[in-house]
Amino acid sequence: MATVRVQAEPFDVGAEMAALTAGRTGIGGIGCFVGVVRATGGITAMTLEHYPGMTERALAGIAEQAEQRWDLLGCTLIHRIGRLTPGEGIVLVLAASGHRQAALEATTFLIDWLKTGAPFWKKERFADGKEAWVEAKEGEGLCPSTPLGPVGPRPLYFR
Amino acid sequence: MRGSDLHLLYFAWLRERVGKAEEVITLPEGVGTVGDLLAWLRGRGPGYAAALANARTVRCAVNQDFAGPETPVRAGDEVAFFPPVTGG
Repeated sequence: MATVRVQAEPFDVGAEMAALTAGRTGIGGIGCFVGVVRATGGITAMTLEHYPGMTERALAGIAEQAEQRWDLLGCTLIHRIGRLTPGEGIVLVLAASGHRQAALEATTFLIDWLKTGAPFWKKERFADGKEAWVEAKEGEGLCPSTPLGPVGPRPLYFR
Repeated sequence: MRGSDLHLLYFAWLRERVGKAEEVITLPEGVGTVGDLLAWLRGRGPGYAAALANARTVRCAVNQDFAGPETPVRAGDEVAFFPPVTGG
């Protein structure tokens, strides 16, 4: 039921919404989240690396969890890879349901999980030509990946 | 890859510090878990030692599922090491 894609090309939100709703007359609302590359701190570009194979598997697993928790009529997860510049869409989450609450809650769940549970890594490039890997925020909450050394308490969803 | 081999993958800054994206090694004697493998890899050279020194910042997947230090590692497995993920 879920559409999961990892791609270098830009995504078209309208086209993805149309594909999600096609032939599904029970949909009453679609939650939508678009992540955009932000130009803060002099960032001129960003490169997204991922773990081919595991990424698709992780995204499908996250979508499956959302479908188990909420009464969804479909969802779409698209994450871009490669080089992106400020203003470009980097990630798209759509969740369709009969009612808004499920659609909005599932959308929040999907983007939160995607940020911490799918193997993507961002490298930022700055105006002076320097590059740096983005560091994960400490205790970002939902991460299902286990650190190989001691950190803080286990994420909420895993207690 | 033979039946006794491990397929190792490295991503993001771990890949840069180790100096390679992947390699195939023979499952070392005495290595039964991710933690054992991490300790063994640290002894392979300065690049590995630098990449894997701080276990807090190293994450792992065995056969494309997130794994912890106690996760078993067997011959034929695909084991990936990487920093905490930063997608989205």
